[in-house]
Amino acid sequence: MSTYTDPYAASRETTEGTVFSVTGGDWDSLVTEIGQAKEERVVVNMGPQHPSTHGVLRLVLELEGETVTEVRCGIGYLHTGIEKNIEYRNWTQGVTFVTRMDYLSPLFNEAAYCLGVEKLLGITNDVPERASVIRVLMMELNRISSHMVALGTGALELGALSPMIFCFREREKVLDIFELISGLRMNMAYIRPGGVQQDLPAGALAKIRATVKDLRHSFKDNENLLVGNSIWMKRTEGIGYLDLAGATTLGVTGPVLRSTGLPWDLRKMQPYCGYENYHFDVVTADTCDVYGRFLIRVNELEQSLRIIEQAVDKLEKLEGAPIMVADKKIAWPAQLALGGDGLGNSLDHIREIMGTSMESLIHHFKLVTEGFRVPAGQVYTAIESPRGELGAHVVSDGGTRPFRVHFREPSFNNLQSTSAMCEGSMVADIIGAVASIDPVMGGVDR
Amino acid sequence: MSSENGMFGAEGTGDTSGYGGLVPAAVSTGSSQRPYGSYFDSVTDDLERAYPDFADAIERVVVDRGELTLHVKVSRLVEVSMILRDKLKFEMCLGVSGVNYPEDKDRELHAVYPLLSMTNNQRIRLEVSVPDSHPHIPSLVEVWAGNNWNERETFDMFGIIFDGHPGLTRILMPDDWQGHPQRKDYALGGISVEYKGATIPAPDERRSYR
Repeated sequence: MSTYTDPYAASRETTEGTVFSVTGGDWDSLVTEIGQAKEERVVVNMGPQHPSTHGVLRLVLELEGETVTEVRCGIGYLHTGIEKNIEYRNWTQGVTFVTRMDYLSPLFNEAAYCLGVEKLLGITNDVPERASVIRVLMMELNRISSHMVALGTGALELGALSPMIFCFREREKVLDIFELISGLRMNMAYIRPGGVQQDLPAGALAKIRATVKDLRHSFKDNENLLVGNSIWMKRTEGIGYLDLAGATTLGVTGPVLRSTGLPWDLRKMQPYCGYENYHFDVVTADTCDVYGRFLIRVNELEQSLRIIEQAVDKLEKLEGAPIMVADKKIAWPAQLALGGDGLGNSLDHIREIMGTSMESLIHHFKLVTEGFRVPAGQVYTAIESPRGELGAHVVSDGGTRPFRVHFREPSFNNLQSTSAMCEGSMVADIIGAVASIDPVMGGVDR
Repeated sequence: MSSENGMFGAEGTGDTSGYGGLVPAAVSTGSSQRPYGSYFDSVTDDLERAYPDFADAIERVVVDRGELTLHVKVSRLVEVSMILRDKLKFEMCLGVSGVNYPEDKDRELHAVYPLLSMTNNQRIRLEVSVPDSHPHIPSLVEVWAGNNWNERETFDMFGIIFDGHPGLTRILMPDDWQGHPQRKDYALGGISVEYKGATIPAPDERRSYR
């Protein structure tokens, strides 16, 4: 025990008991002081800046020895007010906001929002087939990149380093495709009300085909690292137990729900964007534990690859078909093009509005500054994001701006089950349980 | 909602846009007429059979854009929810979304509950409304435990008080925050930005088109 007194690490008495502030380097004095305490019950703050809490998640743990008796989540550290901000932007600009909520699955946020806006506009059936296929293609690529982070960081948090490096390597390949198609690796605002922002560039389909082949090969390597690995099994089997009754009453969806054996996947049950035209299986497990959720994510990768291959086949047949609704009152007037200085309006379009057609210029100006009007009403659209049901409750008062947009975030709802999964377990198992929920705090806090 | 003239906010002789005479169609506030279509008729029939007080508890049945909304009296919300969960197999409540309609007198705050039946693969929506002066809604945590955080969020954002909630505290905003940000009378805030002599106003002070 050192004689130096750290002013920040001193203990103080409160009505709740003695409070210790741990700042590092004071472990000896802390252990000595806790050893003198009368009761065994210790309350510990884990996070929000803890590397293994999967983002800025704060967990308040009540411990008896190494057993967790109570877990509470503290969230809100990443609250950005996106739902409020949208109310001051037009419907198209809203996409740019929602894409930043759950930053690991931006395309799903955009899709849920745009499907809502399209339903309000009554143009759901007018969205061209090519746009829907591109949406499916992009969403499934995004599911892969999101699951790569879930698997990689999940393994990292339990102490397995190599899977993280492999998973992030594969994720880069998917992000490269995003960059090729939309110009951005993340937060691309690519899906727009009425269709998608721009068509696929030349050579994109060939690159996707090559990447799919490549990914399928490297997923095998990843699988071999962890599936059946005895250390991994000991850390994950029987951990974070949540059965079907618990999942239903807590509103838990996605891989956590499917790990209870229920094949509930909105892509199959309530298809959107034409998912009924693709062949794929809903992956389930019946173990209700962390290992089951891990296996589901691993096997969903292959199903996503299957869907991507079918989408690429469809796109080859739909070459040159429109990617935006025909209604010029809604469709963004410009076709964007990639120039030497980045993405911008295509030169053809600029030539038209500045040189030849006054009407086009007026139309462009009105649609871009003012936006389009959406008939009053409310809708709820739900899609299957990598984490479960992502729902958008979109309300319009008939104006050019959303009246209210609320997102039913799967991370937010699934994270509630942390207490049910962890109470009574060991401290070390909390990490595995939280990682298996795969919460993305940007989505939780919005 | 309010009725408005024109599109640009200009009134009287100042309006040179030519749009001054336009009046947007008012939003219907009545009930939908049967048949509702899809599975909505059978869901409503089942609820009427299982719940004798249906006529008193359900203020309006609205079918719009292929979705069914049941407007429920606040005092009957828990009863209706219990029946929907146990008899009609709506096992999952997908949270609660608040909406603030300042123009809707004495029903300023709405709470919207999307329900999902995985057994029957159906979706419906419950909606309740309360006045600003008495924003109390019974909590549904007893019915669907997953509503716990969602109700805290709606309290945090709209100031709706969910009676019977096990621990109704702020969840996204700091504990000592003043006000409820998602309400329409809560300003967005922001500062104007000056660039090369021109000033771009903060987002909530820019011109808005109706």
